[in-house]
Amino acid sequence: MDILSLFVVVPILTMVGILFTKGLKGTRTVAAVGMGVQLVMAFNLLYQYFAERAKDTVSEMLFRVDYLWFESFNIHYSVGVDGIAVAMILLTSIVVFAGIFSSWKTEDLPREFFIALLLLASGVFGFFISIDLFTMFLFYELAVIPMYLLIGLWGSGNKEYSAMKLTLMLMGGSALLILGLLGLYFNSAPDGGALTFNILEIAKVSIPHDVQMFFFPFLFVGFGVLGALFPFHTWSPDGHASAPTAVSMLHAGVLMKLGGYGCFRVAMYLLPDAAQEMGWLFLILTTVSIVYGAFGAIAQKDLKYINAYSSVSHCGMVIFALLMMNKTAMDGAILQMISHGLMTALFFALIGMIYGRTHTRNIYEMGGLMRIMPFISVAYVIAGLASLGLPGLSGFVAEMTIFVGSFQHQDVFHRVCTILACSAIVVTAVYILRVVGILLFGPVRNKEFETLPDAKWYEKVSMVTLIIAIVAIGVAPLWLSDMIRESLTPIVDKLTAAAIN
Amino acid sequence: MDFTYTLAIILLPLVTFLTIGLLDKSMPNKLAGVLGTASIGTSFLLACYTAYQYFFVYGMVDGVYQKIIAYHITWLKFTDTLHIDLGVILDPISVMMLLVVTTVSLMVHIYSNGYMHGERGFNKFFSFLSLFSFSMLGLVVATNLFQMYIFWELVGVSSFLLIGYYYEKPSAVAASKKAFITTRFADLGFLIGILLLSWYTGTFDFVQLTQTSAIGTLESPAIATMGGISFMGLSVISWALILIFMGGAGKSAMFPLHIWLPDAMEGPTPVSALIHAATMVVAGVFLVARLFPIYAIAAPDALTVVMWVGAFSSLFAAIIACTQYDIKRVLAFSTMSQIGYMMLALGVSKYGGENGLGFTASMFHLTTHAMFKALLFLGAGSIIHAVHSNSMLDMGGLRKYMPITFITFGIAWLAICGFPGLSGFFSKDEILVAAMQNNTPVFIIAVVVAGLTAFYMSRLFFSVFFGKETKYHHTPHESPKTMTIPLMVLAFFAIFAGYIPFSKFVTSDGAAFATHFHWNVAIPVTLIAFIGMGIAYVLYFKESTIPTKVTKALKGVYTTIYNKFYIDEIYLFVTKKILFNIVARSIAWFDRHVIDATMNGFATVTNYVSNSIKGLQSGQVQKYGLVFLMGALTFALIFIYLVTK
Amino acid sequence: MIEGIELQHILIVTTLMFFIGVYGFLVRRNLITILMASELILNSVSINFVVFNKYLYPDALQGYMFAIFVIAIAAAEAAVAIAIIINVYRRFKSVNVENVHEMKY
Repeated sequence: MDILSLFVVVPILTMVGILFTKGLKGTRTVAAVGMGVQLVMAFNLLYQYFAERAKDTVSEMLFRVDYLWFESFNIHYSVGVDGIAVAMILLTSIVVFAGIFSSWKTEDLPREFFIALLLLASGVFGFFISIDLFTMFLFYELAVIPMYLLIGLWGSGNKEYSAMKLTLMLMGGSALLILGLLGLYFNSAPDGGALTFNILEIAKVSIPHDVQMFFFPFLFVGFGVLGALFPFHTWSPDGHASAPTAVSMLHAGVLMKLGGYGCFRVAMYLLPDAAQEMGWLFLILTTVSIVYGAFGAIAQKDLKYINAYSSVSHCGMVIFALLMMNKTAMDGAILQMISHGLMTALFFALIGMIYGRTHTRNIYEMGGLMRIMPFISVAYVIAGLASLGLPGLSGFVAEMTIFVGSFQHQDVFHRVCTILACSAIVVTAVYILRVVGILLFGPVRNKEFETLPDAKWYEKVSMVTLIIAIVAIGVAPLWLSDMIRESLTPIVDKLTAAAIN
Repeated sequence: MDFTYTLAIILLPLVTFLTIGLLDKSMPNKLAGVLGTASIGTSFLLACYTAYQYFFVYGMVDGVYQKIIAYHITWLKFTDTLHIDLGVILDPISVMMLLVVTTVSLMVHIYSNGYMHGERGFNKFFSFLSLFSFSMLGLVVATNLFQMYIFWELVGVSSFLLIGYYYEKPSAVAASKKAFITTRFADLGFLIGILLLSWYTGTFDFVQLTQTSAIGTLESPAIATMGGISFMGLSVISWALILIFMGGAGKSAMFPLHIWLPDAMEGPTPVSALIHAATMVVAGVFLVARLFPIYAIAAPDALTVVMWVGAFSSLFAAIIACTQYDIKRVLAFSTMSQIGYMMLALGVSKYGGENGLGFTASMFHLTTHAMFKALLFLGAGSIIHAVHSNSMLDMGGLRKYMPITFITFGIAWLAICGFPGLSGFFSKDEILVAAMQNNTPVFIIAVVVAGLTAFYMSRLFFSVFFGKETKYHHTPHESPKTMTIPLMVLAFFAIFAGYIPFSKFVTSDGAAFATHFHWNVAIPVTLIAFIGMGIAYVLYFKESTIPTKVTKALKGVYTTIYNKFYIDEIYLFVTKKILFNIVARSIAWFDRHVIDATMNGFATVTNYVSNSIKGLQSGQVQKYGLVFLMGALTFALIFIYLVTK
Repeated sequence: MIEGIELQHILIVTTLMFFIGVYGFLVRRNLITILMASELILNSVSINFVVFNKYLYPDALQGYMFAIFVIAIAAAEAAVAIAIIINVYRRFKSVNVENVHEMKY
C-alpha cells in the first residue's frame, strides 16, 4: 500500500474495527487509536516530503500512484501530494484527532457516530490526495453526505432544519461543481486525443477562452459555497449551531477548507484566463463577506453563531487572498486555511465543553467562567487571541501574509479592497473581546455554575493538541510558508501567464 | 565587536514568562516573585553592560554612533525583498530604551513583590509582567517595521491582560477592552502605513529606510518617488507616515485616541507605573524617533501633524488633569500631557546636528519622565496601599504617616514641575528651547502647559500630603521595604538623570553636539512653574473654600473639563449607537431576513410547487392507467395523422 | 383456418374484450374486479397471438408459445395478486381501492 492511499484506508479500517466493538468505551478507544496512527502518518508524510524535496525532486506532485479505474471515461484513481496538500493533510489529522477526544462522551449510538465521523474524515483525506477530478469529486461527496446524518441525528436545537439546509445548499454547490467538472473533462483535449480528468494533464492544455469563461463560475461558486462565499454562506450559522461538537470542529476546521482548496486547485489553476478576468467580481463578494461576517458576529448572542459568522469572515479572507493571484497572497490564503482550521476547531471544542456544562450557549446567561473553569477559559482566550491575529499565534502569520501579499497587487482597486479587508482586524478584536469580556470575565452571573468542573483529561488532550499546533505555526512559520510557496509556483505561473495575455 | 549576548536581555523575560505561566499554581508565590525579579535584574545588568560597551568601548565611527545589527534571523518571507526579520538593532535610541525599560521594569518587579503580596493571581501577575517586559524589549530593539509591529501587538495584549488583571471587576474588564480596541484601531493605521511604505520602498528594514547620505538626504530612491505622488494634497509618503503615526498616537494616548489611558488605571498600580507611564505609552514617541530621518527629510507635513497633535494633546490633558480627583487619573492625564510634550519636541525638530535639538530633547525627556513618572505612580500605589482609596478627597495630611513616600513623591513632584536642578528641569528646558527656535505658537502652548503641570501636580501633592486632616479607618502606615526601596532608587534617578549629557549620546543623526543652557528660556519658564505651584499652594496647602467657589463660578466650563470634554461620550455614541446598534444589528438582521430568507425562499418555492402538483400522483393505478391510455391514444392519433398525411 | 370465421371477426371480439378489460380496469373500484379486468386484457392478447399465428404463419409456433407464457404468468400473477388482496382485506376490511391509500405520496 502506498503512503497516500493509507490515509483513506486507515479511517476505513478503523470503521471496520469499530464494527467489532461494543459500547462507547471500545468504540472511542479504537477511533482514538486509529486517528492517532493517522496523525503519526501525517507527520511521517511531512518528513518524507521534506526528505524528497531535499533530494531536489522537482515534480509538482510527489508520491504519485495511478490506477485505471473506469476505462471508458478514462477515470483514474490517481493520487499525489504537493506541499499544500501535505499541509492540509496535517491540519486534517490534527483536527480529527482532537475531534475524537472532544466526542469522548457521545452517549447515544456511539458506534454509528464514530463511523460517520470517520467516513467524513476519509472523504476529506481522499479529497486532498486526489489528482483525478472525478475521484476528487467522489471523495468530496463522501465528506459532505455524512454531515446530514451527523447533524440530523446527534445535533441539538433545530437540527432537522439545519441538517437539511446544510446538505441541500452544499448539494446545490455540488450540482454546479459536477457541471463544471464535466465541462473541464469534455474540453480536456481540444486537439483531439483522450479526454481526461487528471488535473495535471488538464493544466497542460489551454482551454479555449469562451469555455473558460463559461465554466469558471460553475466551479468557483460550486467550491465557494463550501468555502462560505457570500451570499451562499447561510448554511454555516445554522449548520454549526446545530451540529455536535466534533462535527462543528471538523466542518469549520476542515470541510470548509475543501472549498478554498478546490477554488485554487481546480477553478483557478485550470481556468486561469477566466480567473483573471472574472476575479474582480468575486473579489467584491469576498471583501463584503470579510467585513460583513465580522460585523454580523458582533450582534450575535449565541456562542456558536458568533463563531460561525467569524468563520464567514475568516474564510472570506481565504478566497479574497486567493483572488489576488500572487504568490504571497495565495501563500497567506493557505496559511489562513490552516490557521483558521486550527483555531476554529479549538473554538468549537471549547464551546462544546462549555455547553456541556452550562447547557446554554447564550453569552448573557454566563459570566465569570474564568474563575470556575480556568483551563477552558485560558484556552478560549488563546483561541480568541489567535483569531484576532496576535503575533506568536497562527492567525497573525496568515493575516499579515495576506495583507502584505494583497497589497503587492499592481492594481489600485485590489489595494483598496485590501485596505477594506484590513479594517476587519479591528472588528474582529471587538467581537472577540466582547465575548471574552462577557463570557469569561466579570462576576459569576449564575450561581448554579459555581460548582461546575474544569476540563477533564480527554478534553485537555483535545485542547492542548490544537493549542500546540497554533503556537507552533505562530512561532515558527517559515518552514510551512516556504513549503507552500514552493508548491504554489506552477499555479501562480499559470495565473501570471494568463494575466499577460 | 560581538553583541549577540544582547539577545539574552530580551529572551530572559520570555523564558520567565513561560516558566511561571506554565507552572502557575504549582509554583510558590515567593519563588515566582524572586524568579521574575531576578530575570529582569539580569536583563538590567546586561543592558547596562551593553550601554557601556556601545557608547564607551565601541564608540563612534567617523564621529557617528553606528547602527549595529547584533543579531537577526528571517522569521517569515513574503517576497524576495519583503521579509519579517527578528533581530536586535543597537543604536543610541534603542540602547537608551533598553536601559529605561529594564530599569523601570526592575523597580516595578521589586515593588510588586510587596504590593501584590497575598494576591490570588500573584504568579499570573508576574508572568504577565515578564511577558510585557519581553514584548517591550523586543519592540525597542526591532530591526524592521514589522518586528516592531509584532511586538507592538504583544505589548498591547500584555497591557490588555494586565489592565484586566482584576477580571471579576466589570470596570476593569471594560477598561481593558477599551484599551485594546482603541489601540487596535490605531494599529490599523499603523498597518496600512507599513503596507504603503513597504509597497513603494520594497523593504521593512529600518537601516535601509533611514539610511542618509552625507548631505542629509535619504538614500532610498523609492521614498523620493513616494514624495512625488500626491493624494488629496499630501504626498504618499506623508500619508504613509501619518498613518504610521496614527499607530503611535494610539499607543501613546494622543488626542483623539487617548480615551483608553485614564480608564487603564483600573489595572494594579505597578502596572500603571510600568506600562502606562514609563514604557509602553512612549512607544509612539519611540516609533516616530525611529523613523525620524524619513519624517524630517521626506515628509515634513507628517512631522507637522506630529507636532500639532503633540502640542494639542499636552494642553488638552493638562487642562483635564486640573479637575480630576482620582489620584491615578491625574497622573494618567499628566502622562498624556508629558508625552504630548515629547511628540511636540520631535515635531519641531529638524534632522542633523544642532537642528536636531528637539529630537535629543524628546529622548531626554522620555528618559527623565520615565523615572519621575514611574516614581509618582509607585508612590501613588504606596499611598493607595495605605489608604485603600484612589480618591484625593479621602486623603490629606499623609506626610506624618508615610515619610519615605512623602519625600520620594516630593522629589518626583519637583522634578515634573521643572524645579531647577532636578531632572525634569533640564529635559523640559531643552524641549522649550527647541520649540522656541522653530515655532512660536507651539512654544507658547508648551509654556502654558509647563505652568499647568506645576499647578495640577502641586494640587495633587498638597492635597494628599498636606491639606485637610482626614480621619482614617485604619491609621495609614509606611509601606514595606520592597516597596520603598524602588521609590528611593527612582528618586535618585529623578534627581540626577538630568545631568546626563544627552546630546553627546542620543541625537537625530548619531553625531554628538553640544547644548547650551538658555537662561532666557529657563528663567521665565521656571517663574511660570513657580506661579503654578504658588496658586496650588494657596488653594490646597491648607483646607480652604476657594476651590469650591472657583468651581461654582465656572460651573459649565468646569463640568465640561471634568467630564473630559465628553470625548468618551462621543466615542460611545459612535461605537455603541452607530456601529453596534445600527450597523452590526442591521447586518445581522439583513443576513437572517434577507439573505437567509432568500435561500429559505428557494426551498419554500420548491415545496410549494411540489405540493401543488403532488395531487397528480394520487397513488391510484387506475388514474395512472387512464392517463396512460389517453396519452397512448393521443400519440397514436398524432402518429396516424402524420402517417396518413 | 377455422371454418366460416374470418380473422376480422375474431379480432373484433378480442378488441371488444380488450376494451371491456380496460374499461373495467379503469372504472371498477373492487380489487377483485380489477384483477378480473386485467385477466380479460391478457386473455384478449393471448387470443390475438394465437389467431395471428394461425392465420398468418400457420407453420410457426411462436404465437402459441407466447400465449402459453402469458397464461402461465397470468396464473402466477393472479396468485400473488389474490394473496395481496387477501392481505389488504384483512387489514382494511375492504377490497375497495379508494380505501387503500396508505402509501400515497
